Amino acid sequence: MMRDARRLVDALRNPASVEMLRGSEWTDLISMARAESLIGALAHRIDHAKVPDRIRMVLQDAVEAHDLARLQALWEADCARRALADYPGKIVLMKGTAYVAADLAAGRGRSIGDLDIMVERKDLPVVENALLDAGWEWVKPDPYDDQYYREHMHELPPLIHRERDRMIDVHHTILPLTAGPTPDAGEILASAVALADGLYVMAPADMVLHSVAHLFADGDLAGGLRNLWDINLLLREKAEASASFWTELDERARLHGLADELARALRLAAALYDTPVLPSLAGKATFTDNFYVRRLLARDGYGRETRKLTRLAFYIRSHWLRMPPLMLARHLWIKWRKDGKPSG
Amino acid sequence: MGKMHHILLKIGPAAFRIASAWRQPLDQLAGLYRHYPAPGEGQVDFTVRLEPDKPWRRHIRPSVHIGGDFWLPDAAPLPLAQGLLAAEMGMNLQMALGWRRHLLLHASSVKKDGKALVMTGLSGSGKSTLSAMLAERGWRFMGDEFALLGLDDGKISPFPRLISLKNQAIGAMQNLAADDRFGPEMKATPKGDIRHLVPPQEAVTRMEESATPALLLFPRFGHARELREMGQAEIFVRLTQASTNYVALGESGFRALTRFVDRVPARAMDYQSIEQAEELIDGLWSKLP
Repeated sequence: MMRDARRLVDALRNPASVEMLRGSEWTDLISMARAESLIGALAHRIDHAKVPDRIRMVLQDAVEAHDLARLQALWEADCARRALADYPGKIVLMKGTAYVAADLAAGRGRSIGDLDIMVERKDLPVVENALLDAGWEWVKPDPYDDQYYREHMHELPPLIHRERDRMIDVHHTILPLTAGPTPDAGEILASAVALADGLYVMAPADMVLHSVAHLFADGDLAGGLRNLWDINLLLREKAEASASFWTELDERARLHGLADELARALRLAAALYDTPVLPSLAGKATFTDNFYVRRLLARDGYGRETRKLTRLAFYIRSHWLRMPPLMLARHLWIKWRKDGKPSG
Repeated sequence: MGKMHHILLKIGPAAFRIASAWRQPLDQLAGLYRHYPAPGEGQVDFTVRLEPDKPWRRHIRPSVHIGGDFWLPDAAPLPLAQGLLAAEMGMNLQMALGWRRHLLLHASSVKKDGKALVMTGLSGSGKSTLSAMLAERGWRFMGDEFALLGLDDGKISPFPRLISLKNQAIGAMQNLAADDRFGPEMKATPKGDIRHLVPPQEAVTRMEESATPALLLFPRFGHARELREMGQAEIFVRLTQASTNYVALGESGFRALTRFVDRVPARAMDYQSIEQAEELIDGLWSKLP
């Protein structure tokens, strides 16, 4: 039985490596890929490799499931576009929906849950009301949560559509307001690129940096292998498309205060997925990079989370990054009292 | 990480790896599924995981959390004495959330004269018991939980997992089937008293053979004997509710289901005893084209 997710990373980096797999190792690979939400990416990636019959069927299922998820995500984005037809500002699609709407390699086989959009902060009430009028409703009617979101987060409390049962997260920037770096939301909106239907996606460098911010400055690295895979594909595609990409990425990383996070992402993407990166941006490998790799690969062949202590350390770190210590203590105290366990 | 054991099972077209922190449920499964073929080469469609709900729950009042490749966030844990039920629920969950090669109908099915009878209804309608009873009376058992409707050929494929008998059905079947076909009796589970029954051997040896559906019934136990015609719109909507993957399949699910509703005659059937149900079914079956 596989003890960590190394073989999954190998398969994504080098599809021919799967032909070395024997018997039940395939089952391990599938369980890890499903647990890391990378089964769709894996299915596309090893499309031409020699694969046993039953595994071929499992991969084909994943391709079809994600084709449908792509359609649903585009439909959901269009529903939001129509609900906000009278809103004059830019509506910027984020994450998975942006990747499929802009037809990027990172969108192929990617799982997409909620619809994430970004608008200007001063327009939040207008956008909120338009969505409520069009059938979206609050998910968390808890007054503490609601106030917390509005005062300290980078998004409104989540809304869910009462008929389609799909969530929308309306952002006004890409990191919580309590986090260390303060990305320039105005610049992100100003540089956003229009799609044919009038919706927008972020400019290439901002799109990469949003994914980087999400991975390193805003979470406990849950789903990190998938996020890093997104970053790998975005970097490859954007660097190929434009000679000035690395320069822009450097400038935007400084502007948003995410240069260190970007450097870490570049080193880890290169280490795990062989992503070609600009060495001057990636910087020197550090001792803590190993710790990140350990956390990213903490998954066994049954699909179980492993390395509980490493996971816990990153969980604590994620809260530390998002909030000053006193505020963190207050937040966790209120959450603990409420339901007996900490949550995001 | 705690040690895990596992076994592999093949049921109809689907292959499973059942991994468990405890041997007991796996030994029970291995005994009850001993006549089933093993999946080739160790490769499966789904992994089910039975793990301690909390780390200390491996040994102290052990409680089983049902997880796997596909999972639900709010699945309630079961005591280890109900580990076999947990494994079966885990397999159902994988099928319900992950299977895409057929339209899944929450229905039982049996076969005679090369054609399939499909029975669907809410929990307590008696569809599972009916399939188990008919299987002892000249029909071939195909499945008591899911009927797998072919997306391209419109046929029903068997999914003959263990028959899950509940409450009074347990005693009724104990009068008909040999003792060595029964699993342990599990009292007061979230679904009532449960005892698993191994399907007749032929259902297992011929589990790869699909059959054209010839009749669809909506049985309802405990109401005065009656057969009712149903409109196609009602049948369609009730089947979308009875399908776990209708939405996930998108257009191909819609096409398979509309064809099924167009071609297969359907009746609502109220009955108060197995004998009554058998008489009604035989009457309908003999008049089929």
